[in-house]
Amino acid sequence: MEIPYTVQPRPDTGLYNAKVGIWLFLASEVMLFGALFSAYILLRVGAPDGYWPEGWLNVPLGTLNTLVLITSSITTVMAWASLKMGRFSRFKVYHAITLICAVTFLCIKSSEYHDKWIHYEATLKDGTFADGHFRSAVYVNTASNEKLTQKSFHGMEYTTGTGTNAQHFALESVTLNGHIVDDVKKLYNLHSLHEVVHHEDFTVQASQIKRIENYGPWHNTYTALYFTLTGLHALHVIGGAIVIAFLWGPGSKMWQTDPERFTNRVEISGLFWHFVDLVWIFLFPVLYLL
Amino acid sequence: MQATHAVSHSGTHEAHHEQGGFWRTYIFSTDHKIIGIQYGITSLCFLLFGFCLMLMMRWQIAHPGQPVPLVGPLLEHVLGASKGIISADLYNMFGAMHGTIMIFLGVVPLAFAAFGNYVVPLMIGAPDMAFPRVNMASYQAYLVGGIIMFTSFFIPGGPAQAGWTSYSPLATSIASNGQTFWLIGMVFLITSSLLGAVNFIATIIQLRAPGMTWMRLPFFVWAQFVTAFLLLLAFPPLEAASIMQLMDKVAHTSFFLPTGLAVGGALANVSGGGSPLLWQHLFWFLGHPEVYVLILPAMGIVAEIIANNTRKPIWGYKSLVYSALVVGFLSFIVWAHHMYMTGMGVKIATFFQTTTMIISIPSVIILTCLFISLWGGSIRFNTPMLFVMAFLPMFGIGGLTGLPLGLSYIDLHLHDTYYVIAHFHYIVAPGTIFALFAGIYYWFPKATGRMMNEFWGKVHFWLSLIFMNLIFQPMFGQGMAGMLRRMSDGGANYSAAVNSRAGADVIGGLSDYVMHLHTYILWAAVGLAIAQIPFIINFFWSIKGGKPAGSDNPWHATTLEWQTPTPPPHGNFAVEPHVYRGPYEYSVPGHSTDFTPQNEPEK
Amino acid sequence: MSDHPKKHDAQHEDFSHHVRRYLYVFYALIFGTIVTVLASYIPFGHHSINIAVGLLIASAKAFLVAGFFMHLISERKMIYGIMAFTAFFFLGLMFLTVWSFADFPPLTITH
Repeated sequence: MEIPYTVQPRPDTGLYNAKVGIWLFLASEVMLFGALFSAYILLRVGAPDGYWPEGWLNVPLGTLNTLVLITSSITTVMAWASLKMGRFSRFKVYHAITLICAVTFLCIKSSEYHDKWIHYEATLKDGTFADGHFRSAVYVNTASNEKLTQKSFHGMEYTTGTGTNAQHFALESVTLNGHIVDDVKKLYNLHSLHEVVHHEDFTVQASQIKRIENYGPWHNTYTALYFTLTGLHALHVIGGAIVIAFLWGPGSKMWQTDPERFTNRVEISGLFWHFVDLVWIFLFPVLYLL
Repeated sequence: MQATHAVSHSGTHEAHHEQGGFWRTYIFSTDHKIIGIQYGITSLCFLLFGFCLMLMMRWQIAHPGQPVPLVGPLLEHVLGASKGIISADLYNMFGAMHGTIMIFLGVVPLAFAAFGNYVVPLMIGAPDMAFPRVNMASYQAYLVGGIIMFTSFFIPGGPAQAGWTSYSPLATSIASNGQTFWLIGMVFLITSSLLGAVNFIATIIQLRAPGMTWMRLPFFVWAQFVTAFLLLLAFPPLEAASIMQLMDKVAHTSFFLPTGLAVGGALANVSGGGSPLLWQHLFWFLGHPEVYVLILPAMGIVAEIIANNTRKPIWGYKSLVYSALVVGFLSFIVWAHHMYMTGMGVKIATFFQTTTMIISIPSVIILTCLFISLWGGSIRFNTPMLFVMAFLPMFGIGGLTGLPLGLSYIDLHLHDTYYVIAHFHYIVAPGTIFALFAGIYYWFPKATGRMMNEFWGKVHFWLSLIFMNLIFQPMFGQGMAGMLRRMSDGGANYSAAVNSRAGADVIGGLSDYVMHLHTYILWAAVGLAIAQIPFIINFFWSIKGGKPAGSDNPWHATTLEWQTPTPPPHGNFAVEPHVYRGPYEYSVPGHSTDFTPQNEPEK
Repeated sequence: MSDHPKKHDAQHEDFSHHVRRYLYVFYALIFGTIVTVLASYIPFGHHSINIAVGLLIASAKAFLVAGFFMHLISERKMIYGIMAFTAFFFLGLMFLTVWSFADFPPLTITH
């Protein structure tokens, strides 16, 4: 006995199997991202006044990414519609655009992550805070007193080589492009269009630094949520893109042998893709704007 | 077009599968029956492993600081336990992994995935699950998760040791990698459950045979349907929480770490700003539906076996179905009754207390229907029937003892005591596991064509029943006397004896009697271990040497899984079955036989 | 594909109607995105109003994507049922958790 209703819908439910399956899966994904959004609400509400960052993310880039995903959403549904109308070449064109949009989204996201990665905040011993993008750092070889300029941050000190060849370097100074503030809260609320903060290159001596850290997930709960939420979302973008790429490429052979089943597969992958877009529709305002 | 397609295809389809070879047929199978057996064997192995952890823990509790007999040298060589003594840390590791393994690697895979996979497609008249390859993937994810959990015992620093509940900040503050392994293992296990849940729900909705309406489904299928929804919607928040705790451990975030956290006397080098309570909420959001995942399949098995061995329909089929649906629904909004001691306000505590009290109603309805089903029955006291009849009062004790815990005022006294341990073990051990034993004895002849030995089955039953009660009954008293959970020295530090020797005030200390019960419980646990030996031997021996079943339907059952060849071939039914009646048409007046299978045409 | 010419044309006509609808939804989504960004800069006084406005627009966009791109608006009862339960439990998770954080026992210690 063959498994029924893989392509033809079951009369009483009006659905084919994979459609029931994908909606069930999407229900579980709603709960997954829902739990993360709940975490966001709780941690934000629980944060003391003035200590929740606003405006730390690049709004134009985020808006562009939103438009990219929305475009990929319509090309996805158009790809499916093309198959329903029997136009295979149109399907290929639309889903090619979908894949280009996916890659564009991920590239923009990567550059945003990079921007955070090279953004440092240093607590200085005089109680002020130095904040800005990394330009360069000067390290001193503790044995030979030789100075070395690095284009990426290697911590307060680092060692290269092992055993007798080990070279130990200590940080002498760090050059950032940003500003120094006396109250850490001034680093938090950047969303309004009023104050334009003047950024310039400045150097801080290692001896002045109490603690220095970049804007990774460990920096505060906002960055933790940002990286986790967008990271999980990006994993879903990658997963969805892989499935769509497979159906666009090797999987499209099925159009010759079983066009209806292939169309259904494209519909199912499209539903997943739209869900990924849906999550971003909420992520964007929550993380970037509010 | 579809019909001709099917006929020409099925012949080649069969031949294609027979050419699969050993790997395709038994290891990388997409057949739900093989996958069900894979889940069954794997989960039974994990149950045995979790059971052994418990035995070592009970030894430590009764004889703290003394080398474990028999396995002491093994512990020394493999886990570095000096002189074979279980240290406090090792005890905590055993405790955390006992809970994790029994629940996530043992009972749920056996009750939901093993029995569900084997029986549900047969019961609804389907050729297989809706998504066979997803089914295979779900078993493989389970196996990987289980291997990760098992491997964690052998890494430096050992496995997770912050309880199966893994509360932050303790879970991430321990310096070893055990918790990381636990979290990654959980992600695999949750993935496996999600894939399985999608498969079960889609299969039950879409692949019921013609005539198999919703209200003609055997109650076991309804139970699995609700269980699948619980897994589908309740597990993802734990997955989200696990990801966040993994970030806390590996990326040094502070999702669950509060500001000002100090570890080992020093301020922790984290950003702070997180909330330990957030972990608890997300954990218990799964944790509570999880306990209904543990019990619902068992109730389903009990219903099937009672109907079959009383030779009459289950009493109150509609009540059972609606109660199962209501239990599933309510289980999502009761979770914080595990958190009464976290300082919640009165209003929210009252909300959860109210929903908790309400959820006991459908649970009682289910148990009552099953009890009443015995009335007026022609009871056949075979091994499966003995186990399910014992299930009824045992689950009754477990369920009733949950009521005081659900009331926040009383819970203040009983929270985190041995009373809680007794409560939930009564439900899972002589409750669910008895139903699972019953299911094994019952469906064994369908899978193998042979019966398990009745005499040794009864020995297994009586000894297990007696020893389980001897183990868990005293724990109610210990808990009410104030004995707390998770104490690696068995409470010696709090005992009146130790404290009076030190000259301290002994009011509130654990009495000699309470402490002495540990020894009896240990002996009962050893007895329970010995009682499982006939079962294990019986199980494997009967596969080839058991009494032949004699027919495809040795129990004279009405449900569809018994109307197939033994064992059912790939594709289950040669032609699509048609269902003409409900699932429990036993002893219908005027019929020549005392049972009428669901697919037998009307005469 | 080629053996049902009449059906093919009927589908084709049916679909051009759908395609127009998809395009309108697309324009609405673009518009909604721009409005969301601009609205976030309007000083409403209380920040919670910005949050409410932002989430409202996001919900409207989500409704369009789910309703039209995912065809939820013309889906079967079974799917509605599944998503309705999901929505209920999702809201339960969010609100009950937030409520439990907000509701604390009154202070019993006096200075």
